[in-house]
Amino acid sequence: MYSRTDSRKFKTISRRELLKLTPVIALGAFAIPQLQKPLLKGGLGFSDWASARLFRSGHLAPTFAESELTPLDKFPINDYDIDDPQVDFDKWTLTVTGAVQKPGDYTLAQIQALPKCTQNTRHVCIEGWDVIGRFGGARLSDFLKIIGADPTARFVTVECADDYYESLDMATAVHPQSLLCYEMYGQSLTREHGAPLRLSVPTKIGYKQAKYLTDLKVSHVLEKAGYWEDQGYSEFYGL
Amino acid sequence: MATRAIAIENVKTGEVTEAVYEHPFVVRLCHWVNAVSLFVMAGSGLQIFRAFPSFGAKIPQKDLLNWPKAFALGGWLGGALQWHLTFMWIYIGTGLLYIGYQIFSGNYKQVLFVRRDLPGVWPMVRHYFLFGPKPPAREAYNPLQKHAYTSAIGLGLLSVLTGLAIWKPVQFSWLAWIMGGFHWARLWHFLIMWAMLAFVFGHLVMVVLHGWNNFVSMFTGWKKDPEYRSE
Repeated sequence: MYSRTDSRKFKTISRRELLKLTPVIALGAFAIPQLQKPLLKGGLGFSDWASARLFRSGHLAPTFAESELTPLDKFPINDYDIDDPQVDFDKWTLTVTGAVQKPGDYTLAQIQALPKCTQNTRHVCIEGWDVIGRFGGARLSDFLKIIGADPTARFVTVECADDYYESLDMATAVHPQSLLCYEMYGQSLTREHGAPLRLSVPTKIGYKQAKYLTDLKVSHVLEKAGYWEDQGYSEFYGL
Repeated sequence: MATRAIAIENVKTGEVTEAVYEHPFVVRLCHWVNAVSLFVMAGSGLQIFRAFPSFGAKIPQKDLLNWPKAFALGGWLGGALQWHLTFMWIYIGTGLLYIGYQIFSGNYKQVLFVRRDLPGVWPMVRHYFLFGPKPPAREAYNPLQKHAYTSAIGLGLLSVLTGLAIWKPVQFSWLAWIMGGFHWARLWHFLIMWAMLAFVFGHLVMVVLHGWNNFVSMFTGWKKDPEYRSE
């Protein structure tokens, strides 16, 4: 195609083509302080929504051979506050509340009476590192059965001896690899790793694996997503 | 391929110049949106990297490099992840729109590096880097340019795939497996970013060298005084 025009008309054509690009300026909204926060919150929310869609209940996280385990002494101890919140093991119970038929205090012996599940799974930290650990405990889904959790409930939230708190969506909570973990590497949990009871959820990011559990609540609405979520991390963060 | 061309007569002098329509609207739109996305993805990615600037074990941690906070985006890990997990959708969306458009419009022929372009690469390299003679221009992009752009699109695809592998190592465990495992996927993601930044650097140098008309063409689509004759 070959056509002729004059320089004035060409300027008009060029300007029209340039103006078509104005939608790109919309990205500048991210530079406006009042809009930046809600926009990024929306983006993170969309990622969470997509993550929940990508989650498959029947899909198992990869498991590893004994030879691939990270030695226990090289398993990092991460917490937001203190390594050891001085839990009194003799008095410890897990207090269950919310949409359950049998609320109340559950002992470690009651949890250990449930079928034990041991798995070598990857623990992925949001910072970028990961370790492969050996985790033993009761399936969270089994525990939810004995407490009579409402099957239509949507969330399981936990509170911890160090005031940390976390949440799981129900689909993840009842995943066969989600554990109420009381053992690592075949030994009782050490205080630094969350004794006497922690979460081990290999389909979730590290900060979801709450330690030193004291309370567990089944709920229909998410009241508190989690300590780090309240600082701006993703609410769902499924792997 | 046939490029839309126009002869422009200067209203004052009567002088006639030529212009060709090189960049369709969708390409220009994707180019500028992607320029912003790349900036955000690299900046926030480097801030995320700062949280664990290593590719080995956490204990003991051997830091690879201490990337300055001034050249990172998001302020802290959580902030950077918000940027990264927001703009990745814009980045992916732009990529899909671009690739879809290029295929359906046939415009990909202008950019895609094919076997026919292979013999033209060396003369261009010799011209740019070894002061060799300038090979005659026949189309919008020379063979070396096509090679660079095609590679950049390939890097874009790989950046998304490696990113998915480290964001979803359970749901997409097969992706990490293809890349040699989770650790390798993270390293690939990092290296691909540097390759992309190297492309951007070279691209910017070339934009400066090729002058104003070339630069303006990515805004208006029209390039005045092209080096090649349109059919």
